[in-house]
Amino acid sequence: MPRAKVQRKSTSIDMTAMCDVSFLLLTYFILSATAKQPDPLDVKLPSSSYKIKVPEKDIAILTIGQGKVFFEAAGQDIKVATLKKIGEQYKINFTPEEEKRFSVIGSFGVPIQSLKQFVMMDGPARKKSGLEQGIPTDSLNNQLADWILQSRKAVAELHSEGMRVSIKGDSEEGYPVIKKIVDILQKQKINKFSLITTAEGGSK
Amino acid sequence: MAELDTSSGGGKKGGKVRSKKASTKVDLTAMVDLAFLLITFFMLTTTLNKPIAMDIAKPDKDDKSDARLELRASQTMTILLGKNNKVAWYMGEAGKSAPTVQSFSEVRKSILENKQKVQAASGKSIVMVIKPTSGATYKNFVDIMDELAITGIKSAPAIDDVNITDAEITFLKQQKLL
Repeated sequence: MPRAKVQRKSTSIDMTAMCDVSFLLLTYFILSATAKQPDPLDVKLPSSSYKIKVPEKDIAILTIGQGKVFFEAAGQDIKVATLKKIGEQYKINFTPEEEKRFSVIGSFGVPIQSLKQFVMMDGPARKKSGLEQGIPTDSLNNQLADWILQSRKAVAELHSEGMRVSIKGDSEEGYPVIKKIVDILQKQKINKFSLITTAEGGSK
Repeated sequence: MAELDTSSGGGKKGGKVRSKKASTKVDLTAMVDLAFLLITFFMLTTTLNKPIAMDIAKPDKDDKSDARLELRASQTMTILLGKNNKVAWYMGEAGKSAPTVQSFSEVRKSILENKQKVQAASGKSIVMVIKPTSGATYKNFVDIMDELAITGIKSAPAIDDVNITDAEITFLKQQKLL
């Protein structure tokens, strides 16, 4: 009687299904991650040992650097609502297309008068146009205060939450510039705000 | 990964010379490795890239109520932020004791020392007053708030950039910190 032959099995596994799954996951993660808008104002954040994360909703971010202030309200619905309110206040009518384009702009720093022109530009043209001089903060023409006030109203109406204000300042920015912005906030009775910093490696 | 050749091996000895059929199977292992590496990378970067918030409360400016807390002079430590990344600090009332000028790396030790001294002398926790002057940068301000957090000072520090006294200004000017 011949010995029963042990059949050799192939050691290779069919990887096709695994490959499919992993690429599906990869695609999902790439698409679900919101594309980060490049910051028009380049700031170097100071570091701190704090561990609290910045919330993503109901927040306005003031970017301060080179003596200029840029503004951003988080959330597309908030952006549109804020733009409508600010348009009413300054008697500027924004078309639905302009509203749509505005809702995807991140941080911006143009006076309200040239906002219409700015919104209709393409990304690279915006940078070149030289319109980004920061939002006017003079006591006579304090548009920043209006932006903050209208976005607070928009957040309160749409999400019935209080809006948080955070300051993203450049490390080398002088304290007087920060103080000027903080004074504007305090005029609106915002006495609590957060400073955005980067995480410091471990506890120094 | 090596794949064992389990095909019959198309006997070369004798017979017809057959054209060798290339296998349609591609080794996907490397591709799967790469895909999972990318997944891991994207997952980690999306969650780790979040900036950190430091909550700051400033005293209300229009507060007209008289209910103001009296502070014991012996219990307060005032830190003045000057230019060139220097600080000047003193205990107690302004002008009575000469402020000490230090750099940011040294100030933590002083804060800790003073904290212990106040705790031992009065049994109360220290009260910090931070006075950023016009010479200070934003980084200095963030750094000093961070120092307070590191040294474990629980009570909210008073951030006072309005009431900088003349004595303090003259001192800072003398030390070339303003």
